[in-house]
Parts: sequence; C-alpha cells; structure tokens
Amino acid sequence: MPPINLSTLQLINYTLHLADSTLILAQRNAEWCGHGPVLEQDIAITNISLDLLGQSRNFYQYAAALINQSTKQSETIASEDSLAYLRTEREFKNFLLVEQPNGDWGQTILRQFFFSAYQQLLYKKLKDSSDEQLAAIAIKSLKEVNYHVRWSREWIIRLGDGTEESRNRIVRAIQELWRYTGELFMPADYEEKAFTNGIGVNTSLLKNDWLAIINEVFEEATLSIPENIYMQSGGKEGIHTEHLGFILTDLQYMQRVYPGAKW
Amino acid sequence: MLDIDKQVWKILEEVTDPEVPVLTILDLGIVRAVLINGKTIEVIITPTYSGCPAMDVISTAIRMKLLEHGFKYIKISSVLSPAWTTDWMSEEGKRKLLEYGIAPPKTRSDGLNIFNASPACPHCKSGNTTMISEFGSTACKSLYQCNDCKEPFDYFKCH
Repeated sequence: MPPINLSTLQLINYTLHLADSTLILAQRNAEWCGHGPVLEQDIAITNISLDLLGQSRNFYQYAAALINQSTKQSETIASEDSLAYLRTEREFKNFLLVEQPNGDWGQTILRQFFFSAYQQLLYKKLKDSSDEQLAAIAIKSLKEVNYHVRWSREWIIRLGDGTEESRNRIVRAIQELWRYTGELFMPADYEEKAFTNGIGVNTSLLKNDWLAIINEVFEEATLSIPENIYMQSGGKEGIHTEHLGFILTDLQYMQRVYPGAKW
Repeated sequence: MLDIDKQVWKILEEVTDPEVPVLTILDLGIVRAVLINGKTIEVIITPTYSGCPAMDVISTAIRMKLLEHGFKYIKISSVLSPAWTTDWMSEEGKRKLLEYGIAPPKTRSDGLNIFNASPACPHCKSGNTTMISEFGSTACKSLYQCNDCKEPFDYFKCH
C-alpha cells in the first residue's frame, strides 16, 4: 500500500477499531445461534448479533472508501470483505472484552451489557462528529443499541437477584470480565488524534457515566463491582488474548481457503 | 420528465418487503428519492436497521421491477442519513400491518417512552398485553402475547 498521510491513516485506524469491535462481538453472539437457553433468547442474542454486524459493515465500507480514496490508485484495493476477511490478528483493533469466550449465558449477558452501555455513551457523542459518515452511522446505530442496553440490563438484574445458581454464575462472570473493562476508557493514539480533530470521542470522559450505569444496575441486581483487579489492555493496538486467533480462523476460513469465493 | 418520475414511483408501489409482504417499500418509508438523469433512473433507499438482511433483496426487486417496465439504466444507492424511523411509515402501511396481524408502532420515535408502549392485541383489540421477548422474528419486531385472547403476536417496534 502506498504511503497514506498521517491524519487519514489515524481516521482509517479509528474507523477500523469501531468496525472490528462490533464485528467480533457479532461473531461471538452468532455462536449462540441454535444454542440459546430458550427460543426467544436465542432469537434475541442473534438479533443483537445482526445489528452489530450491520454496524460493522457500515464502518468497514467507510474505512474501505477512505483507503481507496487516499491511495489514489485506479484499482480499488480495499473492500468491506477484504477488511473483515483478510486482515491478521495483529491488525485487528477490537477490545479484548468482545473476543472473550461466550462462557455461560451469564458471561455472554454481562459482556453484552458492558459493551452496549459503552456503545450507548459513545454513539451519543459520536453523532456530533465533524465526520458526516461516522455521525450518520452513530445516529443509526444508537437506536439499535438502546434496545440492547435495555435487554441486557434486565437480564443482569434477573440473574443477580435471581436464584443462588444464577447469582453465582453472574458473580463469576464479573470476576472474569471486569479486567477487560479498563481498556474501554484508555484512548489509543488514533483515538486521541480523532477526538482532538473533532472526529472521535474522548472515551476517557465516558468512564464516570459508564460506571454510574453499571452501579445503578448492579445495585438493583444486588451485585457489586470487584476491587483491586488489574486491567488488561492492548486489543486496540492489536495485542490480543489467545481467543481472537480462533475466532478469525472460523470467521475467515472460506476466504482464506477459497480466495475470492462468492455466494 | 415529470411523467417518468410519477411512473417510477408508481412502479415502486409494486415492490414489497420480503419479510413483511403486506407492506410496500413506500409504506415502509425506505425510498428516500428518485433521481432521473437522462436515461438513468437512480433510486435512493435507506436501511431500516443497520443489519437488515432484506436490503439486498429489496435492491434486486426494485431493479427487476424497473427492468420489467422497460427501464434499462438503473442505479440503486443507499444512504444512512437521516436515519430511518417508523414515523415514516404511512398510515395505510399501519392499517395493513394491523390487518395482517402485526401491531403497528404505537408512538412516535421521539415519544417520551417508546419502550413501554404496550400495544393493543391485533386479534381481539384488548389493551391487556405482555411482552414475551424484546426481539422477534425480524430485527424490526418484538414478540407479545394478549392476556385476554391468549394469542401471541408481533409488534412492529418504534424506531
């Protein structure tokens, strides 16, 4: 790829980060298809998966357009498919949180709640982005995310304030996943560049509002936020947990084995 | 020119939503514009939900219908902004939904409480209904049950 000027490159990376996080969680949720605890919830989690997949396609299409414009070549070199199917693990910029295994229903719900609450705050700010396309995607996506927050928060309360079994499971999920929430509010270089340009959102400023949402729901669910947990990070810079490689193996299999295969 | 414009809009009335076949794409409010540039007809549509799988089918259906009516140069484009809302659904569309057994969106999308609008049962018209699942058979619907006639039904969510 010929050199791209720095600010465009940062915008591309920022857009890819938004795309990757939504794609990977869509893929994780899709693993539930046909395996949900009851039919209605199987349908719910896969509906959420589909919303996230749609959001990621919008981001990938935009990133591909930016790449193609900036390289000024006659042939197009990037597409939503090439960005999703032909990038390697180290090139993915998704949060560590979204690549974590589904575990049990409690862990899946908690991961969704943490992420949806974050997305809701993010998109409420991103809709005022000076970048028209990112703003349009944010406004569109926010309507969907509002439903995801409502659905997952109700499940947290149901599980936390439910039976001993459901409570134990959600407590275990909190112990497991809390360490991946710090990264949501630690801006990477490209995020800092994006928000100083008025394009992106300063995610470090979302932390208090996010904690307030979590606290409010946890209180109703009789749960608490764990203390003294070391926060893992690196996903946004391409340093992932072992899980991402396995997800990509599944996700990218067809295009890797049959390059250019079409339906 | 004006006649072609009218003719194209008339043809679009024949294209229905593959998932809710009683609704035309005009009832749904997803056709944003028709542009006529020489021989080329451009139809601009907007998705209902980001991941709506019906969009590709709808694009193809629009193309096929226009081809059937003798148009050769067709372009279908998609825009995200302004974001689609159920407020754009026609009154005729809402009536057809209800007749089909799907409760239409109850309030405006900017209403104070779009989530807690308990829809009336499309079968027995009772207002005494319970939500079974936030998410239904397609992205745009949730699943309800009537507490009086006990029938389950789909509700087209406010969006």
